Amino acid sequence: MRLLKISWSNIKHKPLNTLLSIVLLAFGIGIISMMLLLKAQISEKFDRNIKDIDFVLAAKGSPLQSMLANIYHVDVPTGNIKVSEAKRIIKNPMVAEAIPLAYGDNYEKYRIVGTNEKYPNHYGCTLAEGNLFAAPFEVTIGSSVARETGLKLGSTFTSVHGYDNAAEDTDAHHHQLFTVVGIFARSNSVIDNLILTPVETTWMVHEHPEETATGDSTSVDSTHVEPEREMTAYLIKKRNKGAFGMLSKQTEDTTMQLANVAVENSRLMNNFGLGLSTITAIAVVIMVISFISIFISLFNSMRERRYELALMRTMGGTRATLFALIIQEGLLLVSIGYAVGLLLSRTGLLVLSKFMEESFHYGLDNLAITTQELALLGLTLFVGLLASVIPAWQALKIDISKTLTNA
Amino acid sequence: MIDVRGLTFQYPSGPSFSFPDFSCASKEHVLVLGQSGKGKTTLLHLLAGMLRPTAGNILIQNTDITKLSNRELDKFRGREIGIIFQTAHFVDSINVIDNLMLSPFLSGKKTPLEDAMAVLERLSVAHKAKEKPASLSVGEQQRCAIARAVFHKPSLILADEPTSALDDKNADQVIDMLEEQAQQTGATLIIVTHDKRLKDRFQKQITL
Repeated sequence: MRLLKISWSNIKHKPLNTLLSIVLLAFGIGIISMMLLLKAQISEKFDRNIKDIDFVLAAKGSPLQSMLANIYHVDVPTGNIKVSEAKRIIKNPMVAEAIPLAYGDNYEKYRIVGTNEKYPNHYGCTLAEGNLFAAPFEVTIGSSVARETGLKLGSTFTSVHGYDNAAEDTDAHHHQLFTVVGIFARSNSVIDNLILTPVETTWMVHEHPEETATGDSTSVDSTHVEPEREMTAYLIKKRNKGAFGMLSKQTEDTTMQLANVAVENSRLMNNFGLGLSTITAIAVVIMVISFISIFISLFNSMRERRYELALMRTMGGTRATLFALIIQEGLLLVSIGYAVGLLLSRTGLLVLSKFMEESFHYGLDNLAITTQELALLGLTLFVGLLASVIPAWQALKIDISKTLTNA
Repeated sequence: MIDVRGLTFQYPSGPSFSFPDFSCASKEHVLVLGQSGKGKTTLLHLLAGMLRPTAGNILIQNTDITKLSNRELDKFRGREIGIIFQTAHFVDSINVIDNLMLSPFLSGKKTPLEDAMAVLERLSVAHKAKEKPASLSVGEQQRCAIARAVFHKPSLILADEPTSALDDKNADQVIDMLEEQAQQTGATLIIVTHDKRLKDRFQKQITL
């Protein structure tokens, strides 16, 4: 016989009260813990994808959209820019590196991005199999693409025009065959979800047949292509401070604009953070209600069990025993609520991750318990203690003679 | 082994009682008779240490329980006194045998499970050991309450109106059980009642 067994039996004895308290608490904890996980993982993932990219040079439009499209590949690009115009900016000594991106097609919703070796190198990607694309229509695919589409080394496929539309519209099909020459190892960056190919591929897919004769498409280096060529964007790393103002000025009379990644990203995270804060606030309210519910449930059960508690005193139980019993019931309740809450948040995150993987090719994978959640456990236990102290105090003051006489 | 001297009790803004001095030997069975309002239950609660007397001394096994601290009193009560209340009550959430074993757990007086089962057996309710108290009949509940009061071999067994709600046959049976169990464990038995049917069964009687 253990005191814990009695507490546990008492909790089980009133399943509905217990269920209400636990469900409320679990939801509060679950939502808060999910918000903590989401925030940590998304900002980590975002940071990993930005990784030293300072500016995005793309067609005029919303700079936020330009960043979402060209860095995270979750939005459509703002348009195309002329290579000849872009050259003036990327040749500027303030630009340390410019990664070209030219895309407009997809295969099973995975974007086919024309670029050069700088792009995978930037994210430290290594090859799991095969080689990096070299000639037009050769592709090296990200690990998620390989896993989800089943493409292997030597596989061939045709592309669909568009960024992430499905292949149902047959008119949008191109007829050129792409060949998989390599598969990247998982890098936890946006590359995992992309199909990379030389820039020339994109041009060749989209140029009109009569232009093909004049097009020089042997060079992989995008900065050496002919002036009439177009590009979706350049990802730019700056060489020195103050580059944004100078470079931005140069885009003034063109169809291009320079998006400052740090500014746009903090704007994005602020909006995102606001949403998270609102949801967290609701979760806190749910938690407060759950603690009130636990308090009422313990208080009522203590009153209903006055006779039992007095009886336990006649059997040799001291005031301290009864006090400990009630406190223990409270702590047991909140601990179960906390555990169920963590389980809920993991389940929720897995569902959300699946949804995000499907719609944005953006997965969340880290389900370990965070230090913030440990702090949440401490807080939960503390408030659980507070909620059970008053009922426990009442139990302490029970007049056993009176209680047993009137029963 | 039980010695009561100059015992008085005053309820806060209520009636006051003064009780006659008396003493009982070990294994003696005593009937305390009195009409309603004479303080029978008050006396029982005083003897059980559930109430503190206004004045006087209660010696049980050479321990003056009026001098014990709250905690010592709780522990003493758990070890040395078994109480049977007018209506049987249990901790509802645990089964009968766990209710019995609650007593040694709370008082710290080691008593094996076999002893509890043996007493339930003697009182023919052993088959109810694993059931929740609420599922038992009133008669079975009373037997279990008696078992709970005696199985850990207290030196004093107190019973409050154990027969008031029973017919003659059942009343006799319950008193038989109480006397038998008290004899088995060698305890002093004090029954507090207004039930005149019990008058002839006890040699030693105290009237309030």
